[in-house]
Parts: sequence; C-alpha cells; structure tokens
Amino acid sequence: MSPTLRKILVPTIAVIIFLILWEALVWAMGWPNYKMASPSDLMPAYSRYWELFLVMGWQTLWRTILGLLLAIAVGIALGMVMGFSRTMRDALYPLLVGFNAIPKATVVPIVALMFVGAHDFNTVLIAFMISFFPIAVSVSIGLSTLEPEYRDILRALGASQTTIFWKIALPKTLPEFFGALKVSVTLAFIGTNLMEIVSPHGRGLGALFDSGKTNSDYPLMFAVLIALAVLGIFLYYIVVALERVFAGWAERQAA
Amino acid sequence: MAPLIELNHVRHAYATASGPVPVLDGLDLSVNEGGFCAVVGPSGCGKSTLTRLIAGLLIPDAGEVFLHGDRVRGPRSTVGMAFQNPVLLEWRTILQNVLLPLEIVPGALKGAAAIDRARSLLSLVGLEGFEDKRPSELSGGMRQRASLCRALVHQPEVLILDEPFGALDAFTREDLWQTMHEVKEKEPFTGILITHDLRESLFLGDQVVVLSGRPAHTQFVLDNTRSHRPTLDDLYTPEAAERLAILRHQIEIAQGRIPQEATT
Repeated sequence: MSPTLRKILVPTIAVIIFLILWEALVWAMGWPNYKMASPSDLMPAYSRYWELFLVMGWQTLWRTILGLLLAIAVGIALGMVMGFSRTMRDALYPLLVGFNAIPKATVVPIVALMFVGAHDFNTVLIAFMISFFPIAVSVSIGLSTLEPEYRDILRALGASQTTIFWKIALPKTLPEFFGALKVSVTLAFIGTNLMEIVSPHGRGLGALFDSGKTNSDYPLMFAVLIALAVLGIFLYYIVVALERVFAGWAERQAA
Repeated sequence: MAPLIELNHVRHAYATASGPVPVLDGLDLSVNEGGFCAVVGPSGCGKSTLTRLIAGLLIPDAGEVFLHGDRVRGPRSTVGMAFQNPVLLEWRTILQNVLLPLEIVPGALKGAAAIDRARSLLSLVGLEGFEDKRPSELSGGMRQRASLCRALVHQPEVLILDEPFGALDAFTREDLWQTMHEVKEKEPFTGILITHDLRESLFLGDQVVVLSGRPAHTQFVLDNTRSHRPTLDDLYTPEAAERLAILRHQIEIAQGRIPQEATT
C-alpha cells in the first residue's frame, strides 16, 4: 500500500469504526434520540437543514479564523516583548496568567453588554481572548531560551538585532509557535461558540445548536456538534500543513 | 612586525547582584600573523571572556585589545568564531549554514561565487556530499567540521575557537586536530584556541598561554614553535612529554595546588 493511500485510509477506517460503535451502543442500550442521537439520526438532520449548516458553518468559520489571526498577531507581539525583555516578562506574566485563568464563559455576558449589538465583533473578540495565551507564552519561551552562542555567531559579525531576529530568533521559535497554534485553533472554536450560543443574534453553528435545543430537535444538536468537529479538524490540518512548510525541519525523520 | 592580536594588561569584571566579580586582571597576550595561540587554564578562569573580548562582543574595563594595531571597540566582521556547541541552524542545510556569514558581512561573496567558496571549504574538511543534509542528520564531529567552515567562509583574519572539540570523543577529536592543520595550510588564518586539553594545546598551538586562577593574568607562555607540521606520533616523543609536564606543573600552580615559589 502506498504511504499516501495509507495516510488517508487508516483515519477513514477509524472514523467508520467509531460511527459503527456509536450506532451499536445507542441501539443496544435502546436509547431514544433525545437521550443520545445515533449517527443514523444525523443524516436526516443534515439533509433537512443543509442550507443552514452551510450559512451558519461559514459564519462560525470566518469569525473563528479572524479571532485566531488576531490572537496570532497579539500573541506574537506579546511574546516578543516578553521574550526580549526580562522586566516585561516579570511584569506581564502574572497578569496574563490571571487573565487566562478567568473562565471565558463568565466574560461572554460582560462583553455582550459592553458592545451591545456588535455580534460579529463580540464573537471575534471572545475567540481571540481565549486563544492568544498559548501563542504568547510559546513565543516568549522560544525567544528567551535562545542560546547565547546563536546570538554571538551573528553579533560577532556585526549583525543588527533585527537581523538576528529574522535570521535566527524567529525561525528557531517556529516549532514552539506551531505547537501552540494547534492548541489555539481548537480554543478559538470554543470561544466563537460560547458567544454564538449565549448571544441572541441567531448566527453561527452555536445559534443553530441553541435552536435545536429550543425546538427539542435533538438530532439537530448532535449534528451541530459533529459539524463543529469537522470544522475543527479542517482548521487543525491547515495549521499542520503550514507547519510542514515553515517548520518542517523540526520534524524527526522516520527511521 | 606588530602582532595581529595584542592584549595589554586587560582587566574585566562582571556585574552581579553582589557587586562586580573580577574575571581577568592583568592579562597580556600577543599572537603574530599566521600564529596559532592555545590558551589553557583552570575551569572558570575567564577563558571564554577572553574570546568575547577579542571578538569585540565585550569591551574590557581597563587595558587594551588590538587587532592589526587597531583598538577593538566593537564587533568586526574580520573575526570568525566556533564554540563547543556547534550552534548550526537546524532549519538550514549544511551549505546554507556555511553561507550564513556571507549574508551578513558587507562586501562578501554573493551568489554562485559564495556557493563555490562554501563548497570548497566543506570538501576541505571532508564534508563533500553532505551539503544538502540538515545538521540533525550529521554526527557531532561532522557538525563541528561544518561549524568550522562557517567560521572560515568569510576569510576572517582571526579565528576564535572556544573549546570546539571539547564535547567530542577522543578519536574524533584527534581527527579534527589533523583537519585543523590541513585547513590552516590551505586557508591561512591567525588563530586563538581555548581548550582544557593540554595535549590539544601542544598539538595545535605554536604558543601555549597558561592563565592563572580567577581573576586571570598571563601566568606562563610556552613557545611551541615547530619546524614541521606535527603528526599524532609527535605527541608521544620525550620532548612532547617534557613540554606536557611543564604545562601540567603550571596548571597546578594556577589551580593553587602548589605555591608560586615552587617555580624556578
């Protein structure tokens, strides 16, 4: 079997086995679909609401991506400040840790009240707030743990700080950055959905989930969960592909 | 002829929370063009500080450092450095690693000429065929060879080696000692080598400087000029044993194990 085929086939088979086990469990326990929907309940939900899934799914996706891009920009900036300056690291760390420790579900109503009506903005904001922390921490650690010899090699040749950053510090930090980004991708989805479920604007997959709840359409609620999982996998693998392009060198060669 | 590297009564201290800690005090050193000076001394005596002073990464508190008669006031691109840790950039191939200084140094070779230069250096140290490998695919000794090429690619006047062979096994180290002599014949440079290994200092240095314990001054200078390029066998002659004994004795004084009066 070719390695590419294997790479696609193995996960696909795993998903199919998972669906079969799920179906079998619901059938064996005799659960009604309001207790636990089975995969066979999902198809009718998708075929009935496929237009809604496309529209809402797109809304969730773009707001998550925007929040994530914001988190990358702010996370890298904060990480650089903390990575290069000890004072700033000492000053900012407790603040950041404290901010990160606050459950974002409690921030949602505050943000919703603060910017009433600005639903898109609020959603992006929560997605950003929940996901920038790992990026900031990883970049700051990557930069602050740069061995002094790396700097000396270039400094001895008269290179400027900017050159040292672009030639050495930045590329050296990329593996840590992508590791953090993989965590942040899924976090950003959680943030987007928190806002969508709570906010009464009826947009995004979170709102679709909420409407399933109000209408007691349980298969729809499960269908939304699966759709979210699919979107999450989609974004995650985009990050993996980017990682391969920009930090592929850090991957261990298979023996 | 004025020496290419000259240090006069250099004094330097590091600022710490509990006040300045002097590392060098009254250090004199002089290396002629084309010379290779090995510096030995007890652990923590400030040998690495010495390399940073010559490279212009540190400015001494007192005393002067001259390169080519010019006072060193900051980094200059006529210096090449290699450390115990080869610090190759993992995201670059070996060839790209060697090319790094040429990207920084103004007026250095560019394009095809730069690549030719890097390739010829790599083949000189026996790394032909490894140009497109990543550092992680090479052994410790090979990485150190690549690091040496990087230090030499911009044809520096001064090559500063800070224990470059310290982390290698004994046989690889001896291989690299011989490579150093081969490289020096084809790519003349003025070198300063920091080492803990007395045999290494005798094999590579035409002058061996013994530093005292902290704060370090120049305690002893051994003239180790030779008429021919040494072979490994030369390390086991009675003459070499005698020089080794002298160095050993000086190190013991530097370590404070025997009093200074014990010398002549």
